[in-house]
Amino acid sequence: METLLGIDYPTWWFLVVGGLFSGYAILDGFDFGAGAWHMFFRKNTSRETALKAIDPTWHGNEVWLVIGGGTLFAGFPVFYGTLFSAMYIPFILFLLFIIFRGIAIKFRNMEDMLWWRKMWDWSYSISSIMLAFLLGVVLGNILRGMPLDEQYEYIGRGFFEFLNPFSILVGVTSLALFMMHGAIYLILKTEGKLYERLQGFLKKAMAFFILAYIITTVYGFFYLEHLLDVFQENKILFVVPLLVFLSIANVPRLASKRKYGWAFIFTSITIALLLAIVAFELYPRLLLSNPDIQNSITIYNAAASTKTLKIMMGFVAVGGPLVLLYSYFVYRTFWGKVNQDDSSY
Amino acid sequence: MDVEILSRIQFAFTVAFHYIYPPLSIGIGLIMVVFESIYLRTKKKEYEVLAKFWTKIFAITFGVGVVTGIVMEFEFGTNWATYSRYVGDIFGSALAAEGIFAFALESSALGVLLFGWNRVKPWVHLTATWGVFLGSMFSAVWIVVANSWQQTPAGYHIVGEGMSARAEITDFWAMVFNPSSIDRLTHVWLGAFLAGTFLILSVHAYNILKGRYVVLSKKAFRITLVVAAICSLAQLFTGHQSAEGVSENQPAKLAAMEGHFDASAPADLYLFGWVDKENQKVTGLKITGGLSFMLYQDLEAEVTGLNAFDKDNRPTQINAIFQFYHIMVAIGMFLIALSLFGLWQWKRGKLFEKKWLLWTFVFAAILPQIANQFGWFTAEMGRQPWVVYGLLKTSDALSKSVQANQVLFSLILFFIVYFVLFLLFVYLMNKKIKNGPDSDINFDEGSLNKEIAKVVSK
Repeated sequence: METLLGIDYPTWWFLVVGGLFSGYAILDGFDFGAGAWHMFFRKNTSRETALKAIDPTWHGNEVWLVIGGGTLFAGFPVFYGTLFSAMYIPFILFLLFIIFRGIAIKFRNMEDMLWWRKMWDWSYSISSIMLAFLLGVVLGNILRGMPLDEQYEYIGRGFFEFLNPFSILVGVTSLALFMMHGAIYLILKTEGKLYERLQGFLKKAMAFFILAYIITTVYGFFYLEHLLDVFQENKILFVVPLLVFLSIANVPRLASKRKYGWAFIFTSITIALLLAIVAFELYPRLLLSNPDIQNSITIYNAAASTKTLKIMMGFVAVGGPLVLLYSYFVYRTFWGKVNQDDSSY
Repeated sequence: MDVEILSRIQFAFTVAFHYIYPPLSIGIGLIMVVFESIYLRTKKKEYEVLAKFWTKIFAITFGVGVVTGIVMEFEFGTNWATYSRYVGDIFGSALAAEGIFAFALESSALGVLLFGWNRVKPWVHLTATWGVFLGSMFSAVWIVVANSWQQTPAGYHIVGEGMSARAEITDFWAMVFNPSSIDRLTHVWLGAFLAGTFLILSVHAYNILKGRYVVLSKKAFRITLVVAAICSLAQLFTGHQSAEGVSENQPAKLAAMEGHFDASAPADLYLFGWVDKENQKVTGLKITGGLSFMLYQDLEAEVTGLNAFDKDNRPTQINAIFQFYHIMVAIGMFLIALSLFGLWQWKRGKLFEKKWLLWTFVFAAILPQIANQFGWFTAEMGRQPWVVYGLLKTSDALSKSVQANQVLFSLILFFIVYFVLFLLFVYLMNKKIKNGPDSDINFDEGSLNKEIAKVVSK
């Protein structure tokens, strides 16, 4: 198999797709988190400020989902087809909530009626909560594995099979994680009373996340033994959960010192490290076939041709810096606290 | 109903609904760039007002376009898993390229376009407007490339057999520039320009008729009319190129478009008609040998008909394809006539005096929309029963693990949500249009007219 710098192309592509989805989770994650808190703000002005905090940038964040989806489709078509058709209902719901979140942000301030604004506030908040939860549910199912046949086709049946204790726990944990991440983002973007209130929210979010994370880990430890294999085979990997622990512990420490910029960096690192654990759990598998393990989808049996992967590496090499440049420019333009005078539509 | 028909209805419905918005965004984007560039050059306030006004409208079309577009990307995986595996190498690459090279640009620049008026320098803002417009143009490139590969596959080879067969790239540029890419891309671009420009013409014609923002609207109308006229004429050319390409690469589709059944015979060109599939007859107004002449400049030239194809390998909805195609062409012709007539009246100095003409422009906004939709119906229904022409049948492309009740559930949800979304879209567009240019900047018509009078008197 052809390699680049000693690493084969499917592995490179595994890293690229993983990196893109981590980027998506970090970026849209704080949008989801901000949205999840939205209904906890009582005053209209608070809600407006909170919305303004994400309004100019959330479109750019959503791009990572589109690129992540495209690279997954092109890089691992077999996995793309199986995962999305197996998780049909959660993905369809995810798409509908993506719609409701997007139009809620767009449409909310286009009318002055109280009921109109309330309707879109609810739409925005519930959608954000559900998006965070559903991403976790899908991730939980990937970690748990699912029954596949020799054609790598999902053979589970039933409408609600995507909901199981583990996937629900991962869903709740990702919601909690994003609520913590989003609260810090809002703190960075606000001033005055709202800023003070958000600090209380952040404390609750940290407690919620740590609790959810511990329960999920313990549940996985007892009921999903295959998740431990990789750590038993490779003891050095225990470093990663340790780093996660340190990174999480850093967040309340920095928050208590009001170093929110750093706290935000550490929630971002926590998200990336948690996804790194998922990557170690999976590699070189993408989807565990449970119980027929030989039908599992791996990066090798799911990958596109090496030629395609090479072309796509070229895309990423050229386009990646461009995307980062655009993001840098937009974030720099809207850096700092929300400016009430920014004209918006 | 089975999974296949439900999935087809869902995909057709969601993609047709999606396609209301991107053409508007591309077309309005073009005119936004024009207005803002004029403003930066001349510093005339009215062009700033126009640019801002159309940016508001753009924000709505773009927003709905994005959220309904993400649906499309993921539906390939949810409903068409076998298709996804088969074409992932190729189709997936094009989608990834769209995300990286087009969507990232337009979505990032959008933040500055919408919220940056007071944050960045005017030329930076214009750059952002260009970024959004070019991003949307590039999006069209990759999406049309992906779809064109389904119509005229090139630069690939098939690996594996049966269920595990997949198309892999052998020549990337041959895949990108497959035989139908360029013809269809230019056709799609122009269709989008027409959708946008005719909406702008419609709104300003309405304002002129109602006596609101008249000076502003007349300026906007004239500029946009020139663009619309050029585009509608150019569309005739790209349309002809596309038809020739179809006759060469997808003869069964062309035969369906014209209701031409004889396996091999000179073919007539119908201006309108009705196809009787059972008796293989078309009733209507025709130019004898017209199709032969159009394709080969020879009234006697033979054109491959539907009967040259096995019944399982040719489209079944002949009359529908025929009608969609003919309505699209008729609309194209009408738009040429309308915009040229408008230009002629302008030259005579009577453009804004003929009320019926302005009213025609008001209602003409719907026509490019219909033509765009029907053009795609023709292209996609004419490709059936193949999803990838000659390689993969639509009926084989499904997700095997998805069940009818799941698709029925999602289909009903999409119907409800899109119905609500469409009502909201119409309501908000109508409101924004009626509200007219931004009142936030204290720019009422009286003072605008005075200012313009000042500029003119100088």
